[in-house]
Amino acid sequence: MLELSDRNVAALRRVLEQPDSNGRYHPVREIARGGMGVVWEADDRELGRRVALKILPFGAASADWLCREARVLAGLEHPGIVPVHDAGLLADGRAFYAMKLVQGNRLDQAVAGLTRNQRLRIFQRICEPVEFAHSRGIIHRDLKPENVMVGEFGEVLVMDWGVAKLSSGGPETGIIGTPQYMAPEQAAGANDTVDQRSDVYGLGGILQFLLADQPSSRPLQAICKKAMAQDPRERYATAAAMSADVGKFLEGEPVSAYRENPFEVAWRWMARHRTLVLLFLGYVVMRALVLYFLGR
Amino acid sequence: MSFPVTRYSAVRGASSADRGERSRAWDVLAAAYWQPVCKYVALKWRLDPADAKDLTQGFFAAAIEKDHFASYDPSKARFRTFLRVCVDGYVANERKAATRVKRGGASVCVEVDDRIAASSSLEDYFRDEWVRSMFAMAVEELQRLCDDRGKTIAYRLFARYDLEDEGRDPEANYRMLAAEFALPVTQVTNHLAWARREFRRIVLDRLREITADNEEFEKEAQLLLGICSN
Repeated sequence: MLELSDRNVAALRRVLEQPDSNGRYHPVREIARGGMGVVWEADDRELGRRVALKILPFGAASADWLCREARVLAGLEHPGIVPVHDAGLLADGRAFYAMKLVQGNRLDQAVAGLTRNQRLRIFQRICEPVEFAHSRGIIHRDLKPENVMVGEFGEVLVMDWGVAKLSSGGPETGIIGTPQYMAPEQAAGANDTVDQRSDVYGLGGILQFLLADQPSSRPLQAICKKAMAQDPRERYATAAAMSADVGKFLEGEPVSAYRENPFEVAWRWMARHRTLVLLFLGYVVMRALVLYFLGR
Repeated sequence: MSFPVTRYSAVRGASSADRGERSRAWDVLAAAYWQPVCKYVALKWRLDPADAKDLTQGFFAAAIEKDHFASYDPSKARFRTFLRVCVDGYVANERKAATRVKRGGASVCVEVDDRIAASSSLEDYFRDEWVRSMFAMAVEELQRLCDDRGKTIAYRLFARYDLEDEGRDPEANYRMLAAEFALPVTQVTNHLAWARREFRRIVLDRLREITADNEEFEKEAQLLLGICSN
């Protein structure tokens, strides 16, 4: 029998893994790999464009899962959600769907070098598609920095809706999500009680991640704390409400999650009306100088 | 979505009442597992290749004679795991028998067992050798297919490009092959696409043959396709 080296075996494994869609999609390179499958960059030869092909492992259950994700995405037409172009089976029986190829970086790689306010604006744009999905009865359930892409032109996209919960969804068992960003009710496997506030918890985790290496701010810490409250009733009721609080912080207004002391109110007011304060201080100094010289 | 149904299972055929069917099934199983079993026996029991070969030969002969595989239950384990356990039992018995004859040799097995890696890594070794054997059979079958269909060039391209993949830029490699084989790049990619498709088909067909049911087939396919490491 032919004797294959380890290198031969590894090379043949790569051949097997390559998606074969019977001609339409020509695989270019593997982009990502995870428990729920592999994503390839591919040439769509029919329409002459590059797409991302998500391919699931063998198995009918996986195929159903992929179809479900494709259907979820197809029903969510939003600039912050990657559009699906096509779905089906590869020649070897694996399920796939083709989606827009996003050129950019994952959030955890994209924010290096950005200021706190730039990060907060990105965060607000993450909230938009999440809120939109909630309005369609869809809960993402796996919000984390790795599932957010920041495109070349600053577009922000929420990815990986494979474990989304549909309001019309069937029975589900087991723990779904990523431990670090998972709401307590998800960690407990109480999938019936998972709602949009569970995604608010995940958004809180993302905000915390974005602020990890930034100067500490009590209002922002309070926003994170509120979003990640153990009791869902104590969290923001919606992603929009959380985004609005972040927006208030950016505008120098009081946030709902934090009660300021008078000193902080004054400090925030001064920070917000910096020009006015500087003019006033300038006026006081000038006045003092005038009085001083007149007094001599 | 539906998946291809298991067409023929040698695992099931091995315990068939039909003698011809049984014989064919044994041929399929022996072809798929002879090499991995032989290498596994040599490693686990620290045997030289000739002894490992004899034991492997003896194992398959005994399994056929005593219809060992008829007791395989797919709901309990993969066939590959079952086979490995059968091999362990057979070799242990053979060595015990040899010890009885020679006297005093019983400790050898234990010492060897203690020295070798944990059973999980041995299982990984057996699995890796099984994958190697599957791929080798598929490559040989692909070569025969290409010869039969007058597509020798497709096999040569496959062997040059996919067997010896050095992780270089694919586009540059296609151009290099096109120059080497005096073909347009599009023909190179078309030949390769065909050969790869056939290779995948052959591997999955062989896999269907040596798995008991669709569930086992899917698990093994996941393993071969490198996506899940069950």
